[in-house]
Amino acid sequence: MASLDRTARAFLLTELISGFALTLKYMFKPKVTVNYPHEKGPLSPRFRGEHVLRRYPNGEERCIACKLCEAICPAQAITIEAEPRDDGSRRTTRYDIDMTKCIYCGFCQEACPVDAIVEGPNFEFSTETREELMYNKDKLLANGDRWESLIAANLHADAAYR
Amino acid sequence: MTADLIHFFTTNWLGQGIVIFAQCLAVTVPLLIAVAYMTYVDRKVWAAIQLRRGPNVVGPFGLLQPMADGLKLVLKETIIPSSANSVLFVIAPMITFMTALVAWAVVPFDDGWVIADINVGILYLFAISSLGVYGIIIAGWASNSKYAFLGALRSAAQMVSYEVSIGFVLITVLLCVGSLNLSDVVESQRGWFWRWYFLPLLPMFVIFFVSALAETNRTPFDLPMSEAELVAGFHTEYSAMTFGLFFLGEYANMILLSALGAVLFLGGWLSPIPYAPFTLIPGVVWFALKIAFLLFVFSWTKGTLPRYRYDQLMRLGWKVFLPVSLGWVVLTAAVLQFGGWLPKS
Repeated sequence: MASLDRTARAFLLTELISGFALTLKYMFKPKVTVNYPHEKGPLSPRFRGEHVLRRYPNGEERCIACKLCEAICPAQAITIEAEPRDDGSRRTTRYDIDMTKCIYCGFCQEACPVDAIVEGPNFEFSTETREELMYNKDKLLANGDRWESLIAANLHADAAYR
Repeated sequence: MTADLIHFFTTNWLGQGIVIFAQCLAVTVPLLIAVAYMTYVDRKVWAAIQLRRGPNVVGPFGLLQPMADGLKLVLKETIIPSSANSVLFVIAPMITFMTALVAWAVVPFDDGWVIADINVGILYLFAISSLGVYGIIIAGWASNSKYAFLGALRSAAQMVSYEVSIGFVLITVLLCVGSLNLSDVVESQRGWFWRWYFLPLLPMFVIFFVSALAETNRTPFDLPMSEAELVAGFHTEYSAMTFGLFFLGEYANMILLSALGAVLFLGGWLSPIPYAPFTLIPGVVWFALKIAFLLFVFSWTKGTLPRYRYDQLMRLGWKVFLPVSLGWVVLTAAVLQFGGWLPKS
């Protein structure tokens, strides 16, 4: 009896028809696509995007060349050279990030004692050449100036949970 | 003057040639545009089923996407593998494409709108669609690649298997019509839409549609080009316009089988309700609508069903469709004979 039932169902295509009905129903549901370049999804304040080097409000760069980020970086993407400046404070002379090595783990910003290196909310920094992804100190500081307001707001929003 | 012109176009060989050429153009150009937009509709339908948007960037609603794709294929370099048989390699896509176009000669678009109104129309269609296999076998063999070869073998076996059941479906319809002329097939369905053959011959319509899917190597029978195992099947080694011709041929074949389905089962150019204002709409429009509906079902199927395994495919073809369609031929013949409904001719 069961086999007869199964054969009848197979020949009446009941399962096919219910499947087709389902896809037809889905065809009229609202689309879930985000039209990316024109509309963007929401980002968490903790989003780890392109790196920036931040400054204090008086324009002094935050980084004190402690090299904790360089030490913790699991991909060894960060290279730092430092020497005392004329006023005696310790500052970097070179701060490079190889963005092609970086795995965006966020350890550098966690290691940083002065919130100098931060991964900002920008994720649209693709380039046409590989060389452009070898960031140096100037590029990182420029990024910092460009994204400071957003980053400060994000850090403030996330501060309670750190 | 007009008499001269009529004389020129009806009797002079050059005039007749011009007329036939113009007729061919009048069929081929809309067909190729339809093929182009079929790819677009396909992608939109699949996208809709998967809650995506589909192509929407090139032109309004992405309507220029097929043009962009075609242009890309034309501009690319045709690569002929060094170990391939270059002559056959280039000829194969042409065969596929040409057989897909040539078959349109006997398809009636409206009352009397047919290039070749021959009395063996269905036989001709059947013969031409069988020839399509050659393009695929030659492509697979000439590529000198294992994927292409295996894909071609599968494709050929599949198309041959399902052609058998399509043959029986055609015979059933022929029994009801009593003529091999496609225009007669349509005329015999005149009346309300429930007189179209899809209803009295519903199982055969289903078998026809499923076999059409298998004939055109579409999901769930797209084994010849199952990416997971055979890369792209018989056209693995093809690029640029040689690939483009396969692609065009495949879609033209789909449209052809939809047209055949519309003629055989959905009353061709006839309107579903045999009274004005429906009869005032030109038959071509009805025909196009029916083809479009069948093509939509093609895409819908692709959006719904997963791929068959090869032995399941063969089992379905030989152990289910063949006996069922054969049985239905016998049944139809018996009903026509003993019910006194044999067509008079």
